[in-house]
Amino acid sequence: MTHAMTLTVNGLTYTGVVDARLLLSDFLRHELGLTGTHVGCEHGVCGACTILLDGRSARSCLTLAIQADGATIETVEGLGRMSDLGRVQQAFRDHHGLQCGFCTPGFLMTITDMLRHHSLDSDAEIREALSGNICRCTGYQHIVDAVRELARERGPLK
Amino acid sequence: MTAFDASVEMRPKLVGQRVKRTEDPRLLAGSGRYVDDMAPKGLLHVAVLRSDQPHARIRSIHVGEAFTVPGVVAIFDAHDLAGDIRPAIPASRMKGYYATPFRPLAEGKVRYVGEPVVAVVAESRYAAEDALERISIDYAPLPFAGAKEEAAAGDAPLLHEEAGTNVIIARTFARGDVDAAIAHAAVVVKGRFRMTRKTPMPMECRSYLAEWDRRREALTLHSSTNIPGIICDVLGACLDLPGHRVRVVAPDVGGSFGGKGSLNHEEMLVCVLARKLERPVKFIADRMEDLTAMSQAFDETVEAELAVDGAGHLLGLKADVIGDIGAYSIYPWTGALEPVQVVSFLPGPYRMEHYRGRVRGVLTPKPPTGPYRGVGRPTSTFAMERLMDMAARNLGLDPAEIRRRNLVTAEEFPYRTGSGIIWDRSAFQDCLQGVCALVDYPALLRQRDAAHAEGRWVGIGLASYAELTGIGSRIAVAPGMPINTGTETATLRIDATGAVTAAFGISSHGQGLETTLAQVVADELGCRMDDIEIQHGDSALVPMGTGTYASRSAVLGGGAATKAARVVKAKVLKAAAFLMDVAVEDLEAEGGIIRARSSNATITFRDVAHAVYAQMGCIPHAQREDLVASESYDPYLGTACASTHLAMVEIDPATYAVSVTRFAVAEDCGRIINPLIVDGQVHGAVAQGIGAALLEEVVHDDTGQLLTASLADYLVPIATTMPEIEILHVEAELPDTIGGFRGMGEGGTIGAPAAIANAVADALAPLGIEVDTLPVTPERLFRLVAAARNATSD
Ligand code: FES
Ligand code: FES
Repeated sequence: MTHAMTLTVNGLTYTGVVDARLLLSDFLRHELGLTGTHVGCEHGVCGACTILLDGRSARSCLTLAIQADGATIETVEGLGRMSDLGRVQQAFRDHHGLQCGFCTPGFLMTITDMLRHHSLDSDAEIREALSGNICRCTGYQHIVDAVRELARERGPLK
Repeated sequence: MTAFDASVEMRPKLVGQRVKRTEDPRLLAGSGRYVDDMAPKGLLHVAVLRSDQPHARIRSIHVGEAFTVPGVVAIFDAHDLAGDIRPAIPASRMKGYYATPFRPLAEGKVRYVGEPVVAVVAESRYAAEDALERISIDYAPLPFAGAKEEAAAGDAPLLHEEAGTNVIIARTFARGDVDAAIAHAAVVVKGRFRMTRKTPMPMECRSYLAEWDRRREALTLHSSTNIPGIICDVLGACLDLPGHRVRVVAPDVGGSFGGKGSLNHEEMLVCVLARKLERPVKFIADRMEDLTAMSQAFDETVEAELAVDGAGHLLGLKADVIGDIGAYSIYPWTGALEPVQVVSFLPGPYRMEHYRGRVRGVLTPKPPTGPYRGVGRPTSTFAMERLMDMAARNLGLDPAEIRRRNLVTAEEFPYRTGSGIIWDRSAFQDCLQGVCALVDYPALLRQRDAAHAEGRWVGIGLASYAELTGIGSRIAVAPGMPINTGTETATLRIDATGAVTAAFGISSHGQGLETTLAQVVADELGCRMDDIEIQHGDSALVPMGTGTYASRSAVLGGGAATKAARVVKAKVLKAAAFLMDVAVEDLEAEGGIIRARSSNATITFRDVAHAVYAQMGCIPHAQREDLVASESYDPYLGTACASTHLAMVEIDPATYAVSVTRFAVAEDCGRIINPLIVDGQVHGAVAQGIGAALLEEVVHDDTGQLLTASLADYLVPIATTMPEIEILHVEAELPDTIGGFRGMGEGGTIGAPAAIANAVADALAPLGIEVDTLPVTPERLFRLVAAARNATSD
């Protein structure tokens, strides 16, 4: 069964027809070619597929593409470009918050959401905020360092 | 050579700096390219029907309606591929060893739950999986022995009848008379230590894409492998293709930790299918497939007895190790890799005369074990370091003190252990002292004692170990294996624009080698890092290269890069001397600019390159040389790399959860190329060690089924599991390698499990509890505590 759908991804609007069972992660990666969003488990545990769905972080592997009909989506490709990295991306580079880079897009999107909505004023709170994303390479320490800097720079939430 | 290296050491430039990684921008911007990001025209997808039986004969396969699913292109079982591909044979010169043939699809019978049996090729993965559901396999179940001890028994059902036994590996290492040492020792401690089965669990699942070039009749495999050179050679042999018609490329790879460092069934499968169908064929494992069928790790039981004199000096060690190697001996490392390393490294970094270690590797109906970060040494260190603490307790010695009395000292190098390993020039003692100073060990002990007085379960644990890294040609990475793991090649080239390309046989998959090798090349050559492109992960780049494994790439790749850069630099300077009409000895190069010391005249690399290549006749042909060099490096012995880890833990008496409250590492990785990257490697490896100590366990039940097939069941550390890790780098006297580098990517996984086990035992010392099985899950702890309490109340 197919459905017509319209959605906005990183500021661009797409209109098309999708299979009812198509996962949002597969839609982004294989239909739109936005392969920056990764798939690490397809069962909602690892967080590699995290995107922003109407401004809040969401697992694209647990979402059907058709559920995003009418939605606004942000993916890692929307955060910045290689020659012009966004602030969260830059902090990851400065603090060596990535190794193989596979989990990284999911972390960047989660952190973008957390910085907007959580105070993150202690390491414990930062680690809690990151606890829905698995990184097998870094041991998290350099990621925590990056988020600490980002949270300080942002200041208290309004 | 050594004198020259010392002079390099005197003028540190990029090597030693916290240089930001060159691979980061693409990975951060979502512009990385992993195998599943590629979609060539005409791409087909494979889904694999896997065995749901641990040991069974395949009676028949019913394809049923599967062909009616829209998009299905073809369906294959082993018979359909019979004439198209030969099995891979994981050969070894070990006595009494049987090399189990390894095929893309099970032939005749299945030997573990998860083994590939049928492949469906379709226009989409969705369609391929739809078709799988319509296929049924009729199995005749066969008896099996799931536990390694039972499988080793003489009357156990055989997994590979041709082998005549399930025990395909048996070796003994011995020196001196350990029985006499035990008989006369003041103190003998013993235990039966078990490190359960793990899975490497890189975040990117195994991913393969094969393309058949009809015009050239050539195969390209894009693989998430960290050993492209080895995979290329074996595929060429299995598919009967000469080297110039098969190429293996590892693009960006999302971690491996060993799990992508062996040949996989599905890797063979996509290649044979792409050639048969003459279309690109892709297989992407999902997480359940990786947890079920990726090569697994550890799974040994070590029965060991340690003899110590009254002053705490080690006299001898006797050990019997049995390793569950799963259903196949893995290609190319063989099933000996993991268990034989355990007995080889069991004597640890200590002075000890008498040793006898016996090891058996046993086939069981489970996925094969293969390399995983640390290989063998996490288990050997766990057993030995537990025994050290048990001996210390017995003698009333502090755990740090008993280690101090036994660690090989600087004057004793080179020291040969009872198993024949040679330790040379590494900071064994300094690491122990360093970690104690770093955490203020006496103060920590007081904190623990105060906590004990309040009835809290707080403990401190130490673990000292040494490993061999960057091993050269003196010993094979795996015992008796006929593959050259002792050399690496670098090919360095400056083109007409002055751009530098350095190509390697290694294959970075998260280690940041594009950055560290560029640092090395920039320093040696005297050019800018921005002018250098590091190429790796492609079997076609250099004449011979195997890949990245066994903590070898900085040592071997760095050594080869240094040698090649020196040759190219000599050529650049020679051309520059001609162009500037000065003596070569007068020239120096830095930042891409060559300067004459006497006159301060300069010329850029770019201008030299232009003159060499593009300006006809500018340099007379007889004097003109291409700015190219290919050099290989063999560190022969390799380097020893030492470390001591310290963990402090607290156990929650309500939930029995262990939290790691402090973790400190003192390690000697020689001359550091990039401290940022070294720290990252330590953090990541310690996290995996903490996982092995507290969380990670692959569980197969009595019927051979996997119980941990999701990330909700196989638990790995998350951000809240991890403490802040404190690191002290001890840069000991330089080892005999070019550049003075040692390998360091695996160590954290080796020390952390033992340190945590010792800390947990220390926390529960008031109850007299010893930890002998990892991970110490809340359930295991609960049982230990309950048993201890029952024993005291009896
Ligand atoms: S891929 Fe979506 S949570 Fe793992
Ligand atoms: S950087 Fe490799 S999994 Fe996080």
